[in-house]
Amino acid sequence: MTTPHTAPPAAAAAAAVPDTPMAAKPSLLRLDPAARRVRRTELWLLLLAMAMVAGYLAAVEANMLDTVTMDFWYPAGVLTAVFLALHVVIRLRAPFADPVLVPTVALLNGLGVAFLRRLDLGRAKIDERPELAIFAGDGGKQLLWTLIAVTGAMVLLWFVRDHREVSKFAWTLGLAGIVLVMLPAVLPGSVSEVNGAKLWIRFGSFFAIQPGEFAKLMLLAFFAYYLVRKREVLALASRRFLGIDFPRGRDLGPVIVVWAMSLLVLIFEKDLGTSLLYFGMFVVTLYVATERVSWLLIGLVLFAGGAVLAYVLAGAVGGPFTNFGQRVDIWLDPFADPYVRGWQLTQSLMGLGTGGMFGTGPGAGNPLLVPEVRNDFIFAGMGEEVGLFGLTALLALYLLVVSRGLRAALAVRDSFGKLLAGGLAFTLALQVFVIIGGVSKLIPLTGQTTPFLSAGGSSLVANWLLVALLLRISDAARTPASTGGVRR
Amino acid sequence: MNAPLRRVGVVVMVLFGLLFANLNWVQAYKGNDYRTSPYNGRVQIDEYDRQRGYIMVSNPGSKPVALSTATKGNLKYLRSYPAGAAYAHVLGYKPVNGSATGVEQLENDILSGTSDKLFADRLRDIFTGSHTAGGNVTLTLSKTAQDTAYEQLVKNKLGVKSGAVVAIDPNTGGILAMASFPSFDPNLLVSHDGKADASYKKLEGQAGNPLLNRALQETYPPASTFKVLVSAAALSANKNPDTPLQAGPGYQAPGTSHIIRNATSSTCPEDQVTLKEALTVSCNTAFARLGVELGSQRLNDTARAFGFYDDSLRVGNLSATDRGLRVAESVLGPLTTSSGGDDKPNIAISSIGLNEVRVTPLQNAMVAASIANDCSQMRPYLVERLVGPDLTTGLYSAAPKELRRSCTPSEAAQLREMMVSVVENGTGKSAKISGYVVGGKTGTGTADEEANAGSDGWFIGFAMKDGRAVAAVAVILDDAGKGGSGEAARIAGLVMKGVIEDKGGK
Repeated sequence: MTTPHTAPPAAAAAAAVPDTPMAAKPSLLRLDPAARRVRRTELWLLLLAMAMVAGYLAAVEANMLDTVTMDFWYPAGVLTAVFLALHVVIRLRAPFADPVLVPTVALLNGLGVAFLRRLDLGRAKIDERPELAIFAGDGGKQLLWTLIAVTGAMVLLWFVRDHREVSKFAWTLGLAGIVLVMLPAVLPGSVSEVNGAKLWIRFGSFFAIQPGEFAKLMLLAFFAYYLVRKREVLALASRRFLGIDFPRGRDLGPVIVVWAMSLLVLIFEKDLGTSLLYFGMFVVTLYVATERVSWLLIGLVLFAGGAVLAYVLAGAVGGPFTNFGQRVDIWLDPFADPYVRGWQLTQSLMGLGTGGMFGTGPGAGNPLLVPEVRNDFIFAGMGEEVGLFGLTALLALYLLVVSRGLRAALAVRDSFGKLLAGGLAFTLALQVFVIIGGVSKLIPLTGQTTPFLSAGGSSLVANWLLVALLLRISDAARTPASTGGVRR
Repeated sequence: MNAPLRRVGVVVMVLFGLLFANLNWVQAYKGNDYRTSPYNGRVQIDEYDRQRGYIMVSNPGSKPVALSTATKGNLKYLRSYPAGAAYAHVLGYKPVNGSATGVEQLENDILSGTSDKLFADRLRDIFTGSHTAGGNVTLTLSKTAQDTAYEQLVKNKLGVKSGAVVAIDPNTGGILAMASFPSFDPNLLVSHDGKADASYKKLEGQAGNPLLNRALQETYPPASTFKVLVSAAALSANKNPDTPLQAGPGYQAPGTSHIIRNATSSTCPEDQVTLKEALTVSCNTAFARLGVELGSQRLNDTARAFGFYDDSLRVGNLSATDRGLRVAESVLGPLTTSSGGDDKPNIAISSIGLNEVRVTPLQNAMVAASIANDCSQMRPYLVERLVGPDLTTGLYSAAPKELRRSCTPSEAAQLREMMVSVVENGTGKSAKISGYVVGGKTGTGTADEEANAGSDGWFIGFAMKDGRAVAAVAVILDDAGKGGSGEAARIAGLVMKGVIEDKGGK
């Protein structure tokens, strides 16, 4: 299979219209009735989500200021405005896109902003709290980043009219992705190291980006393109061993390259989470492309072997493996050194445990006792205030986004789209698993952002681009064969 | 490619299922453990969200000596001790990290509001959503006596660097004053700014160990104040104040070449003095010989009757005598040989309160208190009353308890007569209070009885009015040197005057 470009069958009425996007730009009023129904659903869900965010903000003020000021709805208002703008762009550019994606992600994003604002209020002196400006602090910064991120998503939806256009730049994206992954490892620590992980590129003291967040998307686009081209070879040429079909040695090349790259990330950037993420992402797309379980097994064995080896080496030689070894030890018993090494994890568990079933209520807990609560541990911080029920709802929101992504992958007709959407959805799920599992002591803790919740521009922008890609693919998947004659 | 995509969906479901199950474990099953864990800072924040109760002295209408005021910080209420160092060892302090000490620890349940006695207030809080303050503690301390005790220790005329004062109400056992010097500013140890730990470390390493409560936890050789106990032992052996004792300038106990001498050559050089005279001038040779004659058994029995060898004594709340401020054990040291017979050389030196005899200032005050109260030794205590947050609801009121009988009332009267003679005619003249009958005994000495330089200065005594005891006191000036016991007597007189002043002269 070469570059996948087989346009969906156009309807009879559409046959006369050439595939020129600008020629028949539909107005809002002239949407297909089916699309209009879908978009109306999206609009109401979005408004509902924003009402919940406003409710959360109001509850925070009631608990922290003992009164609800008239400012509580400003952040919710700004968010509503920017998401409505996105909604309009979707109406124009992806009218059949999944109506659940944007409201769900908007709710997560909005709750993240609200919680970060709540942390700002907690840090402020009591009598200064009512004067906290809307764009001040982490919450305000996150609000600004949301504007930028959603604008990025709108730009992507506006200009990338067909997800297959992405595959044209696959090699460029792949190369750029690898460069971005490697960059922080090569750069001096003063520029790239934050809290022991070399993941950053810092511009001065006020602005830093995490190139890995973008590299993730670029590499995935490249994987999807590469595997769609190679899938037959990978799937058919094999040797049978122990009842399982194994691929030929030379076809293993790229897998080994990616595996080695993840290990390099692990060692030089001291970041197990990201390395696990890249590797999992690649193995799963490989499996989906080839439909061969053997790839999953090879991947699992390589990863498990690598992890065990790294832990053994941490004890035996130390050096670059020490960090990993310590993390595993902390995971095994965080209370062995509760005040120093185990501090982050024990405090995270204290926050979660204090929340219990129902939580203390927004603004009524003490999430600032959890270290790094604005980034890695935001889920634990929220867990104290929204409880098990609230966290379960947050998990359900993530699951909803992932399942909608997978659904788009199932429904879209081209292989590239399937792989890309499937890969994006799984990557999101894996990232959520790695960080939430980490802060709740299910797996060893590795630094990752919690998608859409954590403070941080790079993560927010990259994840909104991911959502835009899913929207684009789901629009392609859900566009009926007869759309009233317009191929957008 | 749809079949593997569906399987990926299943994998995602499994991953999220694991997250969900684990959150149930952490938040629901283990939630309570984590909520109340000592590593959980929220426990502390909750504690500081409730205004801790007052600690007050017995003087009606006087300002609290420990109180909590609202701040704008994360931990809401800040504890403060307006009277500072003078009360530090009694009150203790309630630090942000670590456990409280002193009365702050003893009555923590009442002060913090978690006591069962305050259940009604907690129940009301659940409905009103407010945080009612903790209960309040009133101590037995007499403000003027306590202030005087600490001030006089600090400003003593000899420039002594350490010492202690204990004053007791002999009728009840209530502690009227308890001061230890050097002391510390407890306000530094309860601050919320994170400097408290550093302040503690600094105090811990400081010369003179200001954190130590010398009144209860340090033992000293009682020196000549111990002659009161030897006198009590003699009375129990059917002697009386007029019984003649053999004195003289020197005494050599059987089985040793060591000669015990008197403090000065003008002290009891005559061959014979009465017991009363011997105590009045503090005659070493008479008491050393008397002790050997009485024997180890009688000395030990008398010492026990006055409170020696009691390591279970706690000073605090009479309703729970197993809790409270710990008191070091006072001992006589070995008085017998390995074969079980009397070790006469040791008994001779021990009888003048040296060798290995060790007492706490409290124990020595209790000896004086018992004698003042007809040898009914009352259990010492600090907590007079507990009241609710409204300052009116009574939760507890101390009912004084007899701890032990030290001797018979007639023996007590004889001991008082002899001790009054000490203040009237002998070594303790500085303790006199006009209008009151004051009795006492001075003491000067170290482990080496002849080295007056660098020795401790002691005074124990009591004040009576109309046959009724007003106060008993013990004062020690550590390493006071010459004039130490006189200065101790002067301070003791002032402290007892403070008690009298607070009682309105009664």
